Amino acid sequence: MTAVQPALASLASQMVVDGVSKGFGLGILHQQVLHDCSFGLERGKLSVMIGPSGCGKTTLINLLAGYESPDSGQILLDGKPISGQGPDRLVVFQETALFPWMTTFENVSYGPRVQRKLSRQVYEEETMKLLELVGLKDFKDKYPSQLSGGMQRRAELVRAMINQPKIMLMDEPFRGLDAMTRALMQEYYVRLFEQHRGTNLFVTTELEEALFLADRLLILTNRPAHVKKVIEVGLPRPREFSMLTSREYQVCKQEALELLHEEAIKSFAAGVVNAADFLEAYSRMGNDQAVPAPKGKDTPEPGNRELSS
Amino acid sequence: MPQGSGQGFNTVKLKKKIFSRATFRGIAAVVVFAVLWELCSRFQVPIIGNVPPPSSVLKELGQQLANKAYWLSWKDSFIRILTGFIVAQILGIPLGLLLGVNQTARELIYPVFEIMRPVPPLAWVPIAVIFWPTNELSMIFVTFLGAFFTVVLNIIGGARSIDARYLRAAYSLGSTRGDIFWKIMVPATLPSIVVGMTVGMGITWAVVVAAEMIASRSGLGFLTWQSYVAGDYPMIIIGMMSIGVAGYLSSALIRLIGSRMTPWLRSF
Repeated sequence: MTAVQPALASLASQMVVDGVSKGFGLGILHQQVLHDCSFGLERGKLSVMIGPSGCGKTTLINLLAGYESPDSGQILLDGKPISGQGPDRLVVFQETALFPWMTTFENVSYGPRVQRKLSRQVYEEETMKLLELVGLKDFKDKYPSQLSGGMQRRAELVRAMINQPKIMLMDEPFRGLDAMTRALMQEYYVRLFEQHRGTNLFVTTELEEALFLADRLLILTNRPAHVKKVIEVGLPRPREFSMLTSREYQVCKQEALELLHEEAIKSFAAGVVNAADFLEAYSRMGNDQAVPAPKGKDTPEPGNRELSS
Repeated sequence: MPQGSGQGFNTVKLKKKIFSRATFRGIAAVVVFAVLWELCSRFQVPIIGNVPPPSSVLKELGQQLANKAYWLSWKDSFIRILTGFIVAQILGIPLGLLLGVNQTARELIYPVFEIMRPVPPLAWVPIAVIFWPTNELSMIFVTFLGAFFTVVLNIIGGARSIDARYLRAAYSLGSTRGDIFWKIMVPATLPSIVVGMTVGMGITWAVVVAAEMIASRSGLGFLTWQSYVAGDYPMIIIGMMSIGVAGYLSSALIRLIGSRMTPWLRSF
């Protein structure tokens, strides 16, 4: 049976994805999204998964959360195959999924309220504590529509956290926020993580965000996606934004950029629809503020070199 | 961002709203309308000139306001409306939720429902008069039909268009099926219930007035028709306006209840 541990998952892995494939559509419309995808999520570590938009990250999250099941391969949590969805694996989505008819307080306390394991007094106290932690105490009686985008994300974050899931799955949770709010949210999130040290999987398309948050960086290939490489990010915790100029950061960034660039060129040559996306995202990464472009690689002009390969 | 201070009653804002330019224009529009109407009547403008002028309507209204029979018409119509409307909600809301949530029920019941629905409520009047023991019951029944179909249809639509994200999130957080129904589906459908109620209330007034003209000896619809038969023209206008005011009041009541039911949709 599971005699051999998958190559990319170590013994410390709490969640193991082993040779998972998933496709959609029938016949000629069939699209293979994931192919033989294997990796592990280490206990108490923040793993960040990065890949171009449309490469299958959300599909992967849906599989891990149990909303869908893989065509082949298996997903293990604490050594046991997962079945369906449950409060042990919670997702914070791209778009807000706060219930519009509940106040912030009711939203955050929803999990414990329906699970009926804790007494009302205990979970209400816990809710208040978490709301205070993310600066939403004064907004506990407001409805989601009355909160700003950043506040909604924070409310959603603690609505998941209060259940103390074994795995937190963050599906591009800060996408679409303005740069200031985004930086603020990254800080909130990294502090929450550093206090609680749960097992987290954070999905993003932004390399800088990825490196700032990650203990381990999982780099995905284009469709059909699998994990290309795992980079250990050796930056100390607690994380500070000032670390973004450190040498360690530069080294990680360069390695990641090279890997991502390879993928971009490959998919561009293969005529993958979203390759243009990928290249654009890549060129943005190379140009971002204050950080010099990696040595030996000029800013990529989409597809002017190895295109013929 | 909304501030926390908006809890108390804001009198300054209210005053500003009451004495605003929009209010002034509204009053001016009504006054100009009344004056034009009066002039048309005085100078015997063809067709419009046959309508009794506001002056005589107002004089008649002054007498009617002190008349017990006039207020009895209000009472009778309102009882019919409210009975039909409330029964429609009591039966329609659960049925709508059942059809919206349960596919088997929908496949079994909806076809029959779809055959009955396009029949205008007023077309039911003759058969209703035949099978209900009293005219009163048949009118309430027809009123009920007017609201019932609207409510059920709106709820089915609302329940079926619940965003899958909410259901996913709710299941993930550990909800039972009961939680999903009571804490997610019912509140998510409330806005559609309110819409159904609002539209349904409008339809019930249209239906009850016509039904009263056909099959009743009382109510605002009957009052209007009776005045026509008796040739009391100012009274026709009063009947019409009373129906308008009654309809407006009922809608306002529904809006009030609706906004209580869906506090998260209020704009602050």
